[in-house]
Amino acid sequence: MSMRAPLKLFAAATLTLTSSMAMAFEPQGKVECLAPADPGGGWDFTCRSVGKVMEDLDLVPRSVQTINMAGAGGGVAYAHTVSKRAGDEQLLVAASTATTTRLAQGQFQGMDADMVNWVGALGADYGVIAVSKDSEYQDLPSLMNALKDDPRSVKFAGGSAKGGWDHLKVLIAAQASGVENLPRIPYLSYNNGGEAMTQVVGGHVDAFTGDISEAQGFMESGDLRVLAVLSEERLPGEFSDIPTAREQGIDAIGPNWRGFYMPADVSDDAKQYWIDAMDTIYESEEWQNVMTQNGLMPFHMSADQFENFVKSQIRSIEDLSKDIGLIQ
Amino acid sequence: METLGFLIDGFGVALAPHNLMFALLGAFLGTLIGALPGLGPANGVAILIPLAFTLGLRPETAMIMLTAVYAGAMYGGRISSILLNIPGDEPAMMTCLDGYPMAQKGKAAEALAISAVASFMGSLIATVGLILLAPILADFALTFGPAEYFALFMLAFATLGGITGKNPMKTVVAAAIGLMIATVGIDNTGVQRYTFGVLELYEGVDFIIAIVGLFAISELLFFIEERAGGGKAKMVVNKLKLSWKDIRDIMPTSIRGGVLGFIAGVLPGAGASLGSFISYTLEKRVLGSKGSFGEGDPRGVAAPEAGNNGASSGALVPMLTLGVPGSGTTAVLLALLISLNITPGPLMFTQNADIVWGVIAALLIGNFLLLVLNIPLVGIFVKLLSVPPMYLLPIVTMVAFVGIYSISNTTFDLYFMVAFGMAGFVLRKLEIPLVPIILGLLLGPEMEKNLRHALDISDGDWTVLWDSGLAIGLWVFAGLGLILPYILGPLLRRRMQVAASTGGPEGD
Repeated sequence: MSMRAPLKLFAAATLTLTSSMAMAFEPQGKVECLAPADPGGGWDFTCRSVGKVMEDLDLVPRSVQTINMAGAGGGVAYAHTVSKRAGDEQLLVAASTATTTRLAQGQFQGMDADMVNWVGALGADYGVIAVSKDSEYQDLPSLMNALKDDPRSVKFAGGSAKGGWDHLKVLIAAQASGVENLPRIPYLSYNNGGEAMTQVVGGHVDAFTGDISEAQGFMESGDLRVLAVLSEERLPGEFSDIPTAREQGIDAIGPNWRGFYMPADVSDDAKQYWIDAMDTIYESEEWQNVMTQNGLMPFHMSADQFENFVKSQIRSIEDLSKDIGLIQ
Repeated sequence: METLGFLIDGFGVALAPHNLMFALLGAFLGTLIGALPGLGPANGVAILIPLAFTLGLRPETAMIMLTAVYAGAMYGGRISSILLNIPGDEPAMMTCLDGYPMAQKGKAAEALAISAVASFMGSLIATVGLILLAPILADFALTFGPAEYFALFMLAFATLGGITGKNPMKTVVAAAIGLMIATVGIDNTGVQRYTFGVLELYEGVDFIIAIVGLFAISELLFFIEERAGGGKAKMVVNKLKLSWKDIRDIMPTSIRGGVLGFIAGVLPGAGASLGSFISYTLEKRVLGSKGSFGEGDPRGVAAPEAGNNGASSGALVPMLTLGVPGSGTTAVLLALLISLNITPGPLMFTQNADIVWGVIAALLIGNFLLLVLNIPLVGIFVKLLSVPPMYLLPIVTMVAFVGIYSISNTTFDLYFMVAFGMAGFVLRKLEIPLVPIILGLLLGPEMEKNLRHALDISDGDWTVLWDSGLAIGLWVFAGLGLILPYILGPLLRRRMQVAASTGGPEGD
């Protein structure tokens, strides 16, 4: 609950610039990581775990302080970064597919993806569609066929808001398998993936849409049958038994990446420093351990490649949202 | 018995000297955090997670310390409720109703001691319940679908009439205000309601802001007004005089409160506030006019405290057995488990038995520690009252500002809190109770969401709401809660008047 103002090292910066032009950027003092949600969620986890790895790898001089700024599904933190933190070179903000979804649907009023610097992604959590163990559906095509006959025949529960990423994953899969009348498919939004899952396991809702890491516990206990994972290829390790949607003839991909953006108007040196840092973190043993422990799958991009990915993802979500009438 | 063996192993883990030390540290820090208005258990645990990492604690030690913080915060919340009429966190709200009047009568020390004992009882009952019933309860929680949740929230609102005040209409008005505030934000279907394009309003009104504003800031405004008009009488500070009889008197209440709280805690999404609320209102119903609820009845302090501590242990049931957080704090604890390489879910009891049983044992031990810690501390806390309000209240206000700012780091919340403070001042002037407002705000969104879900599932068929035996049972209770007071109230009152010749008619 510390609230010191961000350190603005103007003096140090000017000194560096005048003394030697070649001197690259190095963070001084405290580095902040902004988690746009309350403690306990995915963004909070991103900040805390990456922050710890950065400390271990000496990428930061002191500590990385995680600051929670909840509101508007990340919109409050986005607005804060755009309007109040431009030029702050020691601020990273956690982001994920939820961020691009909201940007695509225009939920951050008057703001777009060009207003921040996209630094990099450090892993992804792939989407799954699952049913309870007693369900009549054994694979994804049979579930989708039921939807084709009657879009209201299967009800989905997920942890995101209506129109949010968990909802979109269902629609992506339904669209890919040729279901018509997508807006008619019922989606029930819960506070988190866990609550949604208990409703499915308890037999109140037909199917669960969420991320593989959320489903892991109930999957291992046998209460939940994962019909498909929305990844390009089968996932490694213990998840290799789960078929992808693709191999069942439904071309649906749903990676929920975890990464960072930083404020606009930062120097090229500073941006490069954090891009390099992302690469170093991703390759480190420490981070690979965190990924395995938390069910994060290989997914890495930085710099321009990441920025292009973010923008193309925003475009495709925008198109989908228009198709299904979520936005005009 | 297998469970017993696990529990003994758990005690082995929890009683290791360094684990015990961290449990004590956690209990102390938790009490402190709980007592500060605005800083609730969720924030407390979140703030202390980095500490656990920095110290390089082992998974079980980290969990034990943070569970102790959690339990401690639930104990601590009552302190500012009783002494200042400002709830330290939202479940402690109900403790204000009788705790503060007790303090005004010069019984602050007793109120603190009684509430500590009741907290202990509630927590103890719930922990024992957790040990014996966890797997069964996990299945019970699964049977709660949207219709059952909706009926449960209706039950809470049906018993609302009995909570405060002489004028039931004002209680209804207050609850309606709360429900109205609860509609602000993006609703379940993605439609914006009353957000006026303000980003900070998209997720609705944070009830912490509302609580701190309505209670703490309005208290400051009242103080300013009273100073201007001559000042208010200094509160009498007393020495603790607590006999075994006093403790015995609150025992049945504590047990009932603990059980009810535990049940509320087990249901994901119901939570500690509902636990303390239902405990209080039902206790008031049970004892009827035999008590002096609202005027400083010790049982009115014991019931909600047993309820909220029962609920906080109960909330560990869905967390440990289903991997589903039943409250904000358990969400944070769950995140900690994940970062400690533990997969939350139904298999945690078997796969990570050492950690799960270590935590349960730590909860029991922490509970004893907290009782031992809290009784001597009563004297110190009561001293707070001898600080003149002109120094004390500005400090409390400052803490409130810092606490609220630390939640979301935006100044918007501070303005909002002040606005709530002014609204609270006006409402108190109109004698509209504040507690139902918070309850409406707290339960409204969940109630609405479950109603919508139920109707979504049934494709708009309303009969789904009373389709299961469990739902019907809850509706019956809700109906009784609503109607009984009007039937039994006059009957009891008449009997009371006959029994006690001096007993004047009392409004309900």
